[in-house]
Amino acid sequence: MANTSAHADHHDDHDHKPEGFLDRWLFTTNHKDIGTLYLIFAFTMVIIGAAMSVVIRTELASPGLQHVQPYFFNQMTTLHALVMIFGAVMPAFVGLANWMIPLQIGAPDMALPRMNNWSFWIMPFAFTMLLGTLFMPGGGPAGGWTMYPPLALQGGASVAFMVFAIHMMGISSIMGAINIIATILNMRAPGVDLLKMPLFTWSWLITAFLLIAVMPVLAGAVTMLLTDKFFGTSFFNAAGGGDPVMYQHIFWFFGHPEVYIMILPAFGIVSEIIPTFSRKPLFGYQAMVYAVASIAFLSFIVWAHHMFTVGMPLGGELFFMYATMLIAIPTGVKIFNWVSTMWQGSISFETPMLWAIGFVVLFAIGGFSGIMLALVPADFQYHDTYFVVAHFHYVLVTGALFSIIAAIYYWWPKWTGRMINETWGKVHFWWTMVFVNLTFFPQHFLGLAGMPRRIPDYNVAFADWNLISSIGAFGMFVTPWMMIAIFAMSKKQGAIAPQRPWEGAHGLEWEVPSPAPHHTFTNPPVIKPGMLAHGDVTH
Amino acid sequence: MRNIGKWGLGAGLTAGWAVAFAAAPERVPWQLNMHPGVTQSSHDAYDLHMLALWICVGIGLIVFGAMFYAMFAFRKSKGAVPATWSHNTIAETIWTVVPILLLVAMAWPATKVLINEAYTNESQMTVKITGYQWKWGYDYVNWGDKAYHVHFISRLDEKSDRTRQLRSGLNPGDVKDAQGENTYLIDVDKPLVLPTNTKVRFVVTGDDVIHSWWVPALGWKSDAIPGIINDTWTNISEPGIYRGQCAELCGQDHGFMPIVVKAVPPEDFKKWLDEQEAAQNPPAPAAAPVAQQGVPSMPSNG
Amino acid sequence: MSDATAHANPGVYYVPHGTKWPIVGSFGLLFTLGGAAFWLNEHAAGPMVMALGVAIILFMVFGWFGTVIRESVAGVYNKQVDTSFRMGMMWFIFSEVMFFAAFFGALFYARALSVPWIGGEGDGALTNFFLWKGYAPAWPTNGPESIGGAFETIPAWGVPLLNTLILLSSGVTITIAHHALRAGKRKPLMIFLGLTILLGCTFLWYQAHEYMEAYKELNLTLGSGVYGSTFFMLTGFHGLHVTLGTIMLIVIWLRCARGHFDRDHHFGFEAVAWYWHFVDVVWLGLFLFVYVL
Ligand code: HEA
Ligand code: HEA
Ligand code: CUA
Ligand SMILES: [Cu+2]
Repeated sequence: MANTSAHADHHDDHDHKPEGFLDRWLFTTNHKDIGTLYLIFAFTMVIIGAAMSVVIRTELASPGLQHVQPYFFNQMTTLHALVMIFGAVMPAFVGLANWMIPLQIGAPDMALPRMNNWSFWIMPFAFTMLLGTLFMPGGGPAGGWTMYPPLALQGGASVAFMVFAIHMMGISSIMGAINIIATILNMRAPGVDLLKMPLFTWSWLITAFLLIAVMPVLAGAVTMLLTDKFFGTSFFNAAGGGDPVMYQHIFWFFGHPEVYIMILPAFGIVSEIIPTFSRKPLFGYQAMVYAVASIAFLSFIVWAHHMFTVGMPLGGELFFMYATMLIAIPTGVKIFNWVSTMWQGSISFETPMLWAIGFVVLFAIGGFSGIMLALVPADFQYHDTYFVVAHFHYVLVTGALFSIIAAIYYWWPKWTGRMINETWGKVHFWWTMVFVNLTFFPQHFLGLAGMPRRIPDYNVAFADWNLISSIGAFGMFVTPWMMIAIFAMSKKQGAIAPQRPWEGAHGLEWEVPSPAPHHTFTNPPVIKPGMLAHGDVTH
Repeated sequence: MRNIGKWGLGAGLTAGWAVAFAAAPERVPWQLNMHPGVTQSSHDAYDLHMLALWICVGIGLIVFGAMFYAMFAFRKSKGAVPATWSHNTIAETIWTVVPILLLVAMAWPATKVLINEAYTNESQMTVKITGYQWKWGYDYVNWGDKAYHVHFISRLDEKSDRTRQLRSGLNPGDVKDAQGENTYLIDVDKPLVLPTNTKVRFVVTGDDVIHSWWVPALGWKSDAIPGIINDTWTNISEPGIYRGQCAELCGQDHGFMPIVVKAVPPEDFKKWLDEQEAAQNPPAPAAAPVAQQGVPSMPSNG
Repeated sequence: MSDATAHANPGVYYVPHGTKWPIVGSFGLLFTLGGAAFWLNEHAAGPMVMALGVAIILFMVFGWFGTVIRESVAGVYNKQVDTSFRMGMMWFIFSEVMFFAAFFGALFYARALSVPWIGGEGDGALTNFFLWKGYAPAWPTNGPESIGGAFETIPAWGVPLLNTLILLSSGVTITIAHHALRAGKRKPLMIFLGLTILLGCTFLWYQAHEYMEAYKELNLTLGSGVYGSTFFMLTGFHGLHVTLGTIMLIVIWLRCARGHFDRDHHFGFEAVAWYWHFVDVVWLGLFLFVYVL
C-alpha cells in the first residue's frame, strides 16, 4: 500500500506520521491518533472520577461526618457519575471504535476525518467547563447526575455551566456517532458484507444509532432546565401547568438507552475476545447481532422503570415492568452464546480472556439485580437504596469498564507492536477482581438493610459493610496506576508482537502488521478466504 | 435432575431466612437481607424479592457452572481440540423459552401484588404527608368519617443533629433509644402516630423539591413531588416503632430527614388523636363529616 | 462516476491530512457557551466573551467550509466521499428531529397528562382536591397559579396559516430550483433559489411580527405558564432553524452564482434542500399541534 497519494496538494507521504507535535495530535485526522487521544482522555477522566469516588468512600468509611460537608459530598457524587459516564466510559468506547472499526472493515480511515477530530477536541473543553464549576463560588452541580428539578435548579452558578457542558458533550457524541455510522455503512471493503462484520463493529453501528436518537433528547431536557431557571418557563412547575415528573420522563427516555450505549460495545468486545481464546467460532453469530438490535429496540420503551415510585398509573407501572423484564431474553441469549462458544473450545487464559470471563460472570450478576429491580413492588423497597448502586456498578464497572480494559489488553499488541507482561496482567486482573467485589457486593446488603443512596452519613448498623466497601474502593484506586505501569513497561521492554499475537484471532485487523502502520488499507484490501472473523468471502 | 435438589435447598433456605429475620430488629450490623416488615405490602415485597433472588441464584448456578466446567474441561493446556460447530437449534430454543417462563413466574405475582397495592379505596383514615427541605409535615385529615385538623412537623432528633455536624467529635454509637438500639440519624422529635389494623391512606406531596417517604417496614416508598399528590396506603399489623429515611436526593440535608412511625392499637390512637385535636384547635371546630368535605374516592393510585 | 480532475485518484477515498479548524471551533464553542453561562449568572464579561466565541465560530465555519468547497471544486471527492457527506447530513437531520421530539414530547405530556391531572381528571383527583382546588383543566393554560398573568393566543387561521403556505411554497420553489440545477438551467435555478430565500425571509418577518404582537398585545410570553413555555420554545427553535436554513440558502445561492455546482455534483445544494424540507415538516407539526389543535 505504498504510494497511493490521493492528490498532489499534499506533500506528506501516506505512510508517514506528521512530524510536529501539534500536527500530530491537535490537527490530526488520523483515526488511530484520534483513537489514542480518546483513550488517553478517558483514562484521565477515570482517574478523576475514581478520585471523587475515593472522596465519597472515605466519608462513608464510618458513621459521622469526618471529612466533607454534605453539600460537597453531593457535588462529588454528581460529578463522579457525570465524569465516569460522559468522560470515561463513552469516550473510551469511541476511542476503541476509532482505532478498530476502520481496521475491522478494511477502510482507510473514518468517513469524515475532520469532523472526527472535532468530535474529540470538544470533549476536553466540555469537561474543563464542567469541572471548572468546582472552583466557582457555590461549587459544582450537586443535584445528582440525573439533575431532577426542582432540586437541580437550586444549584447556583453551576447550573448554566453544567447544561452547556452537556450540550457540548452531546454535540461531540452525535458527531462521533454520525461518523461511525457513515464509516460502517459506506467504507466497508468489498466483500465485508454487513452480516460478516465483526461483532464489535456491529454493536457500535447500533450504539451509534442510539446515540443519535437520544443525545438530542438529553439536550432538550437540560435546555428546559435552563429556561426554567433563567427564562421563567414552567415546564417542570405544576403551578404553571407543568410537572416535575415530566423532566424525569424526558431524561430517562435518554437515560435508559444511555446505559445500553455503555454496554452494547462491551458486548461487542467480549464477542471478539471469547472466540479468539476459545479457538472456536462465535456461537450463533446472527443471533448475537439480532440480540443487540432487540436490546437497542427495547431500550426505548422501558425508561420509566427508573420512576416506579413517582406515582404512575397502574397501567404504566405494569407496562414498564413487563417491557423491562423482556430485556433479559436477548441478554440471556448473549450470555448463553458466550458460554457455548467456550464449550468444546480449546481455551487459554491470556489476560484479555480473563477480563472477558470476569465480564460475563459479573455483568450477569448486575443483570440479575436489574431484573429484581424491574419487579415494581420489590422496587418500591429497592429504589434509591444501595441495592441500586450495587446493580449499576456491577453493570458499569465490571461490565463496561472491564470490557474496556479487556479491549485494551486485546488490541494493545496491534497498536504498539509490543506484548505485555502476562504475569502482571494477571495480577492486575485478580487484584481488581478482589477489590471490585469487596467494594460493590456488600452494597447489595446495605441496600436491602435499608440504606438510602446519596447520603453522606448513616446509621451505625450500616457501618461494617460500608467499611468493607470503602476498603474495596481504596484497593480499586490502585488499579489505574497498575495499568499505567504495565503498559509503560510493555512499551519500553515488552516482547515484540507478531502480526497475529493471539493464535485464534481472526479478522482484518490481524491482517496488517503490528504495530498497525499510520495508514492502513489506503487501497481496499482484497478479502481472501479465512480472513474474516465471520462468514467467508465465497459464502 | 440435579436441579430439584438445588431448588429444595433454596426453598429451605428461604423459609429459614424468613423465620430468622421475622423476629429480628429492623437494622442490625452485618445484615444481609431485606426485613419482611409488618404489613401485607412489605411481606409481598419480601416474598417477591426472595422469589426473584432464588430464581437468579438458580440461573447463575447453571450458567456459571457450565462456564466453569468448560474452563476446566476444554483448556488448551490439557490438549483440548476445538470443535467447529457454532449452532444448536435445540439449545437455543431452550434458553429462549425457559427464561421466558421464569420471567412469567416473577411477573405474575408482581402483577397481583401491584394491583392490590394500587387500590387505595376503603381506607379508614387519611394522612397528608408533605416533604420540606429538610423535615416532614404531617396532617391528619380524617379518621372514620370525622375530619381532623391535626398538623405537626417532624424533624431529626436533636442528639443525632448535634452528632452529625462535621467533626463534631461526638460518637454516633452513643445515640441510642431506651431499648439500647442505635438510632443515629433515624430518630425524630415527633413521630407519626398511626393505628394498627387500620387501612390508612396517605396523600403525599412535596413543598420545595422532590422527597420520598420511605419506611421499609411498611413495604413501599412514595415520591413527594411539589404540586402533585401521590396516594398510597398501609395497614400495620403490629404495634411498634418503625423507622425510615427520605429516599430522594433533596439537597444538602437529604441524609438527615428521617421518618419514624409509631404504631399503636386503634383505641390508644383515637385517644391520642383527640388530644391533639383539642390541643391544636381549642374552640373545637365543627367536625364536618368527611363525605361532605369531599375527600374524593379514587379507583387507583394517582 | 465523479468527474475527477487530474488531482484526484478516483479509486481512493480522500483522507485529508491535518486540519486546524476543529480546534478553533472548540475554542469558539467554549467561549460562546462559557460566555453565555457567565452572562446568565450576571457576570459583566459574559456578553463580550460570548461575542468573541461567536466570532471564532464564524471564522471556523468560513475557514472549514471554504476548504471543503475548494476541495470539492478541485474534484478530489469521489462518489464514496459524496455518500459519506450525504449520510452525515441525513443523520444530522435525524438528530435534529429528535431534539424537536423532546419539546413536542413536553407539549404532549403537558396537554395529555400534566394539565388534566392538575385539573383533577383521571389520576389527578387528589392532586386537584388538595393542592389546586378550583382549577379546571383547559388548553391553553398557564396553570393553576396563572403564571405570567392572563394571556391570549394567536389564532391559527391568520398569520400562522399564511406562514404555513409560505413555507410550503418555499418547499416547492426549492424543488423547482433543484430540477433546474439537474437540467443544467442556470437562470431558473437562480430565480427559484432566490424566491426560496425571499419566502424564508418573509416567514421570519411574519414570525417576528407575531412574537411582537404576542408580547406587546396578547401578554403571551415565554413566562406564560406551560403554554407560553411550549409555544415559544417550539416556535423559537423552529424560527432559529429557519434563520439558519435561510443563511445556508443564501450561501448556496452565492455559490450557484459563482457556478459552483453542476448537474450531478451538487451535494451542498441537496444538503441545504434537505434541511429546508426538514424545517418545513417541523413547521407542519407545529402548525397542527401548537396552533390548530
Ligand atoms: C451499563 C449499564 C446498565 C445495564 C446494562 C443495565 C441493565 C439493566 N438494568 Fe439497570 N441501571 C443502570 C445501568 C444499567 N442497567 C444505572 C446506571 C441505573 C441507575 C441510574 C440512577 O438512578 O442513577 C440503573 C437502574 C435500574 C433500575 C431502576 C432502579 C431504581 O432506581 O429503582 C432498573 C429497574 O428496573 C434497572 C433494570 C435493569 C435491567 C432489567 C437490566 C437488564 O438489561 C439486565 C439484563 C441481564 C440479565 C438479566 C442477566 C443475563 C441474563 C440471563 C442469564 C438470562 C436469564 C435471566 C433471567 C430469566 C432473569 N436498572
Ligand atoms: C461508569 C460509571 C461509573 C464508574 C466506573 C464508577 C466507579 C466507582 N464508583 Fe460510582 N457511580 C456511578 C457511576 C460509576 N461509578 C453513578 C452513575 C453513580 C450515581 C450518582 C448519583 O447518585 O447521581 C455513582 C455513585 C457512586 C456511589 C454512591 C454515592 C451515593 O449515592 O452517595 C458510590 C459509593 O460508594 C460510588 C463508588 C464508586 C467506586 C468506589 C468506584 C470505583 O470502581 C472507581 C475505581 C477505579 C476504576 C474502576 C478505574 C478502573 C479502570 C481502569 C484501570 C482502566 C480504564 C481505562 C480507560 C478508560 C482507557 N459511586
Ligand atoms: Cu428529603 Cu431527601
Ligand atoms: Cu434503565
